[in-house]
Formats: sequence, C-alpha cells, structure tokens
Amino acid sequence: MTTAVAAPTARGVVNPHAGSASLPVQVLVLARRSIKGALSRPQGYMPAVIMPLLLLTINSSGLSDATRIPGFPADRFLDFLLVITFMQAALFATSNAGLGLARDIEEGFMDRLALTPMRTGALVTAQISGAVVIAFGAAIVYIIIGLATQVDFHSGVLGVLLLLVLATWTAFCFAAIGAWLALRSGSSEALQGIFPLLFASLFLSTLNMPRDLIEAEWFQVVTRFNPVSYMVDGMRSLIITGWDGRALLEMVAVLALVSGIGIAGCARALRRRQAQG
Amino acid sequence: MTTMPRFLLAARAVAWRHLYKWITVPANFMPTFIFPLIFFGGFAGALGRVGDVPGFDYDANYTSWIFVFSLLQTCLFGGLATGFTIAGDFQSGFARRLMLAVADRRSILLGYVMSTFARAAVMSAVVTGVAALTGLEVLGSVAELAAMYALALCLSICGTLWAAGVMFRARDPQLGPAMQIPMFIAIFLAPVYVPLDLLEGWLHAVASVNPITYVMQAARDLLAGHPHDTSIAVYAIAGLMGLLLVWALTGVRAAERAGG
Amino acid sequence: MQRSSEDNGIEVRGLVKQFKTGPKAVDGIDIDVAPGEIYGFLGPNGAGKSTTVNMLVTLLPPTAGRATVAGWDISTQGPDVRKTIGAALQAVALDNFLTAREHLRLIAALQGITGPRARTRADELLHRVGLEEAADRKVGGFSGGMKRRLDLALALVHEPRVLFLDEPTTGLDPQSRTSLWEEVRRLAREDGVTVFLTTQYLEEADVLADRVGIINRGVIVAEGTPAALKAEIGAPTIEIVPTGDDDRVAMSRVLEQFGELHPEAGSPGSVAVRLDQDLAKRASLVTIIRAIDEAGLQVAEVRQHDPSLDDVFLAKTGRTLEGATDAEAGVAEPVAR
Ligand SMILES: Nc1ncnc2c1ncn2[C@@H]1O[C@H](COP(=O)(O)OP(=O)(O)OP(=O)(O)O)[C@@H](O)[C@H]1O
Ligand SMILES: [Mg+2]
Repeated sequence: MTTAVAAPTARGVVNPHAGSASLPVQVLVLARRSIKGALSRPQGYMPAVIMPLLLLTINSSGLSDATRIPGFPADRFLDFLLVITFMQAALFATSNAGLGLARDIEEGFMDRLALTPMRTGALVTAQISGAVVIAFGAAIVYIIIGLATQVDFHSGVLGVLLLLVLATWTAFCFAAIGAWLALRSGSSEALQGIFPLLFASLFLSTLNMPRDLIEAEWFQVVTRFNPVSYMVDGMRSLIITGWDGRALLEMVAVLALVSGIGIAGCARALRRRQAQG
Repeated sequence: MTTMPRFLLAARAVAWRHLYKWITVPANFMPTFIFPLIFFGGFAGALGRVGDVPGFDYDANYTSWIFVFSLLQTCLFGGLATGFTIAGDFQSGFARRLMLAVADRRSILLGYVMSTFARAAVMSAVVTGVAALTGLEVLGSVAELAAMYALALCLSICGTLWAAGVMFRARDPQLGPAMQIPMFIAIFLAPVYVPLDLLEGWLHAVASVNPITYVMQAARDLLAGHPHDTSIAVYAIAGLMGLLLVWALTGVRAAERAGG
Repeated sequence: MQRSSEDNGIEVRGLVKQFKTGPKAVDGIDIDVAPGEIYGFLGPNGAGKSTTVNMLVTLLPPTAGRATVAGWDISTQGPDVRKTIGAALQAVALDNFLTAREHLRLIAALQGITGPRARTRADELLHRVGLEEAADRKVGGFSGGMKRRLDLALALVHEPRVLFLDEPTTGLDPQSRTSLWEEVRRLAREDGVTVFLTTQYLEEADVLADRVGIINRGVIVAEGTPAALKAEIGAPTIEIVPTGDDDRVAMSRVLEQFGELHPEAGSPGSVAVRLDQDLAKRASLVTIIRAIDEAGLQVAEVRQHDPSLDDVFLAKTGRTLEGATDAEAGVAEPVAR
C-alpha cells in the first residue's frame, strides 16, 4: 500500500532493449524517468515551489523596513531576497536526486538495473541530471517572476543568463551531494533527516542580511564559513549590484569545490556499493 | 491510577507511545529542535540591525523580539510534527490497531494533544536556553513569563488540533505540506520581524486580523514586562482552540467513516 | 440502545459495502455465527472477505444492512463492539519502532488494563505465541511470521469474547500454522470464544471451522458445515483396481450401475466411478464389492475419494480457489482510506 507513494510512474520506460544503448542514451532514458517521476508527484514539488515564493512575498513585505538600515545595498527587500528562490530550487534538487535515488535503492530498482547491461552509474547521473533540469526550469520561472515584479537586474541580459547558469550549477552541487548521501545511506529516511541541515545552511548564511550589516559576531563567523553565503552573494550581486568580480569569483570557486566533492563522493560511494554486490 | 476512566487511560497510553517514540527515534527527535533553532539563530543573528530602524519600539532587545516568535513557532510546529505521526500510523496500518483498541476514538486525539503539549514544554525550555546563551533580555516578572509560556503552549494545542484534523482526513504523510503551509503562512503573516505599526499595505491588513498577531504581541509584551491587551490574546487563542477542536473532532469522525 | 442478547454470537443481515471508487465489495450478505463457534469465511481474492471483517470490527461503516456482534450493533454501538472483540487483520498493524512487549503493554493500556495485570498478561501472551525470546526486540526486525504472531497476541490482550482473524496463517510456516490452529480451537472450546476466520486455505477451513461460508463477488454462494457442503456436491468416488488387467472392461460394466464412470479420475489400471447421489445414500462400499464378487471378478485395491471443499468451491463459483483471482485482484488489498 505504500507503493503508490513511492513508485515512479515511468518504470516502464526502461525497456529490455535499452541495454544495448550507449551510455548517453541510457542516461537520457533514465533522466526522463527521473523527471517524470518527480513531476508526477505534485505534493512533492509544490511545497518546494510555494515555500520560497511565500517566504519571498512575506519577508520582502515584512522586512521592507530593513532597507532603511544605513548602508543596505538594495532599494527593495524583494530584489535583495529574490536569490532565495534559486537557493530553494537548489535545495529541492538535493531532495529530487537524493530521494529519487534512495527510493531506487530501497525498492531494488538499482539492483535490478545492475542485472541488465545498463550501468548503475547511468542511474546516478540520470537522477542528478533530472534534478538539475527541473531546477533549471524553476530558475527560469523565478527570473520571470522577478521581471514581472519589476526586479531591476543590475547586470543586464548577460547577467541574467549568467545567473541562470550559476543557479543551475548550484543545483547541480546540491543534487550531487544528495545523490552521494543516498548512495551512502541507501535510505530515504536517513536522507530526509539531512534536509533540516541543508535548510539550516540556507538560513545561517547571508541570505537575510549582507555580512557587514550583521550585528551578532557569532553569526558573522558562521556566515563566513558557510559556503551557501558565497552562492547567495554571487547570485545576488548579479541582481542588485551589477558585475562584482570578486563575488562571482568566490562563488565559482565554491561551486567548483562543492561539485568536486559531490562527484568524488558519488563515485566513491557507488564503487563501494558495487563492491558489496 | 486504576480508577482513572478508560478514556483517560487510553489517552495516556497514546501519549506515552508518542513521547517514547519521540525520545527513542532520532529521526523524530532531531528535527523538532533543529527547525525552531534554525529560525531563531537565523533571524536573531542576521537581523539584529532591524531593531534599530526608526519607529521600532520594543523595550527588550531584538533577540528577545525574535525569541518570542521562535517560541510560538516551536509550539505551533511541534503540533504539526504530530500530524506526521498520525499520518504515518495510517500509512503503516498501525492506526487500525489504535482505532480497534480504544472504545472512544476521541481518546486518541486527546493523547496526541497531551504528548505534544509535554513535548512543546521541553522544546520551549531548549529554545529559551539557547536564546539565553545568545543574549536574551528578560524584563518581565515570573508571573508574566508564566503567562507568556501559557500562551505559547496553548498554541501547541492549536497546532496539534489543526494537524490532527488534517491528517485524520488525509491519512497520508505526503499531504504534509497541505497541513504545514497554512500554519506557516499564519505565523508569518504576523509581526514577525517588526511591530505591527511598521508593517505596510496588505501585510498590515492581514496581520491586523490574524489572531496569532495578538498572541505574539501579548507574549512579547509579557516578556518585556509591559503587559497590555493580554485579554485580546486570550480571547484570540480561546477562539482558535475552540474552532480547531471542532475541526479535529470532525476529523476523527471522518477517519472513522473512511475506515481507518 | 440496549444489547439485544447476552450471547457472543454474530448476526449479519443484508450487509452491503459500496466503495465510492470501486465495486460493491459486499452485496447484501446474511451470516449467523453461534456463540463459541468457529466460522470459516472462504473466497477468492477480492471476494469481499476483508471488507466484511472490517465492517464487523467497526473499522469500516457499512453502506446498508445491519449486524450485531455479541449483541452490539456495529453501526451504533461501536465502542461496545470494540470492547468485546479482538481482531488480527489481513495486513499486520504494528509499529516498527516498538518492541513486542511494548506493543502488548500499549494495547493493554488502550483497553484500560494497566499495572501488574498488564505485565502478566503480556508475558502470558508472549509465551503463547512463542515470542518470549524476541519480546524485547523492535518489531521492525521481525520476520513476517513473527509479526503475524504478535498481531494475533495483540488481538487477544483483553480476552475478547469474539475474535476476528483475517487470513491469520498466511505467511506462517507449517509448524506455526498448526499451533495457531490449536490455539484457535482451544479459545473456542475452552473459553467459548466465537471465532470469525477468513482464509484462502480450504484445508484450514476444513479442519478448523465448524461452519463455512463461501463468498464470491460480495455474495455468499454456499454455507454449512464442511461435511454438509461436501455432501451437497456429491457422493464419493470409488476407485477399484482389478487383479488382472483384462478384467477392466468387465469391472467397468459392473460399476456402471452405481454411477457415472470417471476414466480420468483414478490411477492407471483402475476403474473409477462417481456414485450416484441417491444411490450413494443406500449403496455402501460393501454393496459394490458384493456386486463385483458376484460377477466373479477379483479386487486388488479399493480406494474411496470424498469430495473436497475444492470441489465445492469449483461447483459454487466456477473456479478453483487456489490461484483464483478476480478481475480486481490487483487492488484487492484493502488500503487504509
Ligand atoms: N478501500 C477500498 N476502496 C475501494 N475498493 C476497495 C477498498 N477495499 C477493497 N476494495 C475492493 O473491494 C473488493 C473486495 O475486497 P476485499 O479486500 O474485501 O477482498 P478479499 O476477499 O479480502 O480479498 P483477498 O483474498 O485478496 O484478501 C475488491 O474488489 C477490492 O478491490
Ligand atoms: Mg482480504
């Protein structure tokens, strides 16, 4: 009776002939399944869409007074906070890739796949790609929402395109981490326990206030060591500042580091899982 | 003890199991603390300067201001966590055991309210402890503080009743967001960051009619030692509890009809 | 409303369950179970067995009709019904994070039993279902059979007067199955507990049930003691092996007068006859042997086959029970909603 909850609808996509397909085709087939699976559960992604918009709406109104703090870098809190949507899309990618993969492991889909010529690595890649594609779509929607609410993108059209790229890359980082954790734990329950921490990483960053306007010293320290701060600051700079080389470089460095860790982690965990049989 | 009516015995048993699972299953235990503390830390830490904006008029510091919000949120969302327990039981089938074993099914609801209340009390203490470490300023008397905690714990009952009402109807943890989002909105459509007077436009309009606004204001005033308008808060919370009790009881009926 | 009688029987009249999304799972059934009787409820997947049980244990409100359990009306006196009954449903209802003993204590407390009484009761039941060793382990790590046995123990915590068991032996090994049968029999014989038991196993109904009801597509198609049902289907088949192979034709000629020959029924080299219904009442094995003797034939071996519940089932529903599936069997598992 729980299968209705977890079973992705697109199981049938994996046909017996797929085994003879090349790796990219395998990934494509499996990624489509992953996207379909994620989109067929609106109760799964609606909150991830609604929550950031909600926070954006409420906080940009509730915190509009913060713009009156001397030195606040934006005219509207909405412009300042728009980056929350891209971050949420990224967090959501963790759950899409991670939970999707954990369920595949729990339900034995991964083991079944291992019996076919298909590669389990293809499944991992596919779950990550699926999650990233969804995040990419979400980022486009959020940019449109930004434009519709007259957010002034200071870096212009090119900046918006770069924002899209950075948002997608951020989502990739989180998806890879999610997949890694799924491969390590093999349990969706364990994975669900991680989300609060991701959520914390978002709130314990410079999300709500630029670093130099943070009063509490302990919080300043936390934001400095929190990689999410750099992602937030990098994307935000494109929206409210223009072209801030330093913020962008810092962000790219952090993204490169995190994606490296994520990929290495996935590869290692996958190898270990295969070694166990 | 043995003279306790069956109804209460059953409720106590439900409450015992709930608390026992909360303590013994880490997956249940950790999130209950993490979320309120994230919000508290995130807001109190990042937004300190908001307390300096012109027109922000509160006797205690901004940490205290956010602390009250976190306290109320802890209590309210503690109730929502119970909704997941209820839904999980329906999904695993264990709810049938409960429904079969108790004569009066309302005792299940009472049990959950009791355990969630107890849990909220523990969590309130933890949030208070963390706030104290990060500079909580308390100006109110012991009686005023007690009143503040009482208001917060009433919100825990509200949260449980709301969540139970939803999950006795939905019986599916996947519908958790349908239960969380309205309460999330309800508590954020209140003067979370700045006083009601500083809110503008639609948010001011909505917050002015939100009962939680009055609970939050009264609790903050109590903490700062300047209680006024506490009676409005009491009416607000009593009204809320009454409505939600009906909602939860009809939820129990719905579950009975659906064949738990 | 008052209890209509003091006994612990079950009375069902015109009970109907129409699911909003789905078939009429139970379509107007009448059942009477006497106090202390073991009633076996048989049917293929999706026949409506679990739906009936769920209505009788007050988990599912009926669409129409009425039923009393131990005199309490299932629709209007649910709390009283629940105080009287114990139930082990088709899907075990356990909490993976509690131990077996904690389950028993919890259910006892829910029924209003606490303190030393609950403790001794838990020990007693753990012993009875053979879970003493595993008593303090979390149920999540139990095997399917262990979970089933614990589920049964939970049904017995408050010494119910009426017991509902929905496919209680599915997933049990032969030994556990036999001991469960013994337990059920003991409950009925010694404690006078009324037992309503659904099963897929004809053998189970045959050895355990005092009376059997066969349900198919929500309708009861046959009811009676296993013996009566079998008798209703027909007389036994007699299979004779003649000493000489050449005598088979002559043997067939003799047996023809007792009923219809069944060439495929017996083993090779034998002659089998399904006795005529009315003839079976008069003609005994002796009559047949005597006729063979009179014809001057020699008999090497005689076998008598009584009709099984399987035959009854086939005759009543047009299909065999084992492996029979309804069109809706895919969704036959009742879900909690
Ligand atoms: N909650 C429900 N909603 C809709 N239809 C249901 C529900 N529960 C059962 N059904 C349907 O009612 C019919 C009878 O189901 P029931 O579970 O009573 O059969 P059963 O005899 O117990 O079968 P099995 O041997 O498989 O346990 C089936 O067609 C089933 O699909
Ligand atoms: Mg059944």
